[in-house]
Formats: sequence, structure tokens, C-alpha cells
Amino acid sequence: MRGETRLWLAQRASAAVLALCVLVHLATIVYAVRGGLSGAEILARTQGNAAWFAFYSLFVLAVTVHAPIGLRAVLGEWLGWRGRSRALALWLFAMVLYALGMRAVLGVFA
Amino acid sequence: MKVRVKRGEAFQQFEVPREPSQTVLDVVTHIQRHLDPTLAYRYACRVGMCGSCAMTVNGAPRWTCRTHVDKVVRNDELTVAPLRNLPVIRDLVTDMRGFFDKWARARGQFQGARTRSEDFARVAPQSEKRGFADAAIECIGCAVCYSACDVVAWNPDYLGPAALNRAWTLANDERDTQQAARLRAVAGDAGCHACHTHLSCTERCPKALSPTAGIAGLKRAVAAAALRGEL
Repeated sequence: MRGETRLWLAQRASAAVLALCVLVHLATIVYAVRGGLSGAEILARTQGNAAWFAFYSLFVLAVTVHAPIGLRAVLGEWLGWRGRSRALALWLFAMVLYALGMRAVLGVFA
Repeated sequence: MKVRVKRGEAFQQFEVPREPSQTVLDVVTHIQRHLDPTLAYRYACRVGMCGSCAMTVNGAPRWTCRTHVDKVVRNDELTVAPLRNLPVIRDLVTDMRGFFDKWARARGQFQGARTRSEDFARVAPQSEKRGFADAAIECIGCAVCYSACDVVAWNPDYLGPAALNRAWTLANDERDTQQAARLRAVAGDAGCHACHTHLSCTERCPKALSPTAGIAGLKRAVAAAALRGEL
């Protein structure tokens, strides 16, 4: 039960981070592309920017924490999938999410 | 009016005369007394106190003794079935043992520290905790909320709105001595954190209570205890 409570807290905390990250993310997109931007122009602005690198690394981390915990409830309640095998599958899912997310972050901001 | 009553897997149809101020319980009683004496259903007080007559009426769980036919009848038709999320014993009668066992599992028993030779505990009527307890205390244990809850349907171990509502009243009872043990009992996969805040219990509660608000309170209390390392 302590584990369940920790998961709940982690999901709440990551949701708070995500709420902020998504807002900043969307606002930045809308603001940056007002006049039209090419892929090369975007990369010229983002690559090597440490602040944005840190921001999107946090974003990916929050997704990695948040999504598997939510999926955990869906799998348990809709498919009746609980126990060790579900935990393993979700760890795998989290690692895939983190890897894909950080691959994009490294590509755009590193 | 046409009344369809669920009996086992099938529905049986009856023709019941409409009366002024007729309740759904009156309808079921009419069927049992005049049309088919083998129909099984449960009731006791008939005035909304005992919590024994809840059934599924036109798809929604309701206390039948206080539900007027006028309010729920559609096209002169009524469908009556047993409560959802509970095993059916026969016809409209459900086995409520699992429901009440969960109250016990949620530490729904009051346990104080005083003996009968001591003075009464004095609880400030205006205190915040007393307000929370007052708001949740009028539960009659009818299982309407339990039947309305989707999380109970998906996770049969889930304690459910009524048991958690009871735990919340005691969590706000300053005389009770089992606070930490109760928070441990309502944490976990089967406890308050499983609630998705669908509000079906609050929507359906015949006493207009909000188990959802109590469960949210328990989530906060359990999380705070976990952060303090007391869980």
C-alpha cells in the first residue's frame, strides 16, 4: 500500500510538471512559427541551447513517470492484468518512452 | 403500466395498475402479493432509513421505497433488476456480505479510548473535522453507490464508495484511536487511490452525500501520512 501511495504521488507530481511543460511547449510552437519556419531554421535556433535541452529533458522524464502509471490502471481494470508481468511490461514501456523522448531531445537540442 | 422484472437471466413481464404517489417498492409489492407470490425482493422500513430495498430501476440504482413511479417511468414502462456489482441470491435480492465485509476491511468500526465511567468527549461543533464527519455521517448502507461505481465493476477488490465514506467519517472523529491503521487499510490498489472521480456514487446517493469528496479527503490524508513516513 505504501508502494501504491507512492505511485499515486508520483503521478500527481508528474501531472503538475506536465501541465506546465505542455503549456510552455504549445505556446512556444505557436509563437515561434508565426511567420513560417523551415526545419533547418528551427534546428539552427535550438541546437546547443542548454536551457531548452534541460526543459525538454524534464518533459520527457515527466512523461516517462506519468504514462506507465496511468497505463497500469487501464491494464488492471480493463484487462485484469496485474502482478509482476504487468510491472515488467510497464518498466519496458517506460524505458522505450524515455529512449524515444531523449532521442528526439538529443537530436533537436544537443 | 408494463413492468419488466429481472428473474435470473430473463425478464418477466407484468401489468401493474398505476396509483397516485405510487413508489417502485409499491409496484414490486403489488406483483408479489397479487400476481406472482414467488417473486423474491427485500425491504424493511419503507421510509428510507434501513437501506435494504435498493434495486436497479430503469438502468440506475435507486432506493425503491422513496422512488416515485412518476419520476422514473418511461412510456408507461418500468424495468426492475437487482443491484449491480453484488451476487444475486434470487430475483431482486442480492448478497450484501461482500459489501459490508469491505466496511470492516476499511476499519469502519469506531474505537475510542474512554470508558463508560469517564466524562463525554467534547468535540467542537464548529471544527473543520466535525464538519467533514457531519457531511458524510448519514449513510444508510443501501449499496446504491457501490452498485453505481464502475471501479467496483473493474476491480472487485476495490473497497467502494460506502466503505471509504465510512472510513472518512472516522478519520475525522477525533475520539477514534485507530487513525494510522485506518489510513493503511484504505491505501493501496483496492483503496481510495483507485477512485477515478467519476462521481457516479455522488450522483446516485439517495441521501445526497458525496463519497467522492470523502475519498478525495482520504487520498490527501494517506498521501500526507506517506510523506511523513507514517504509513
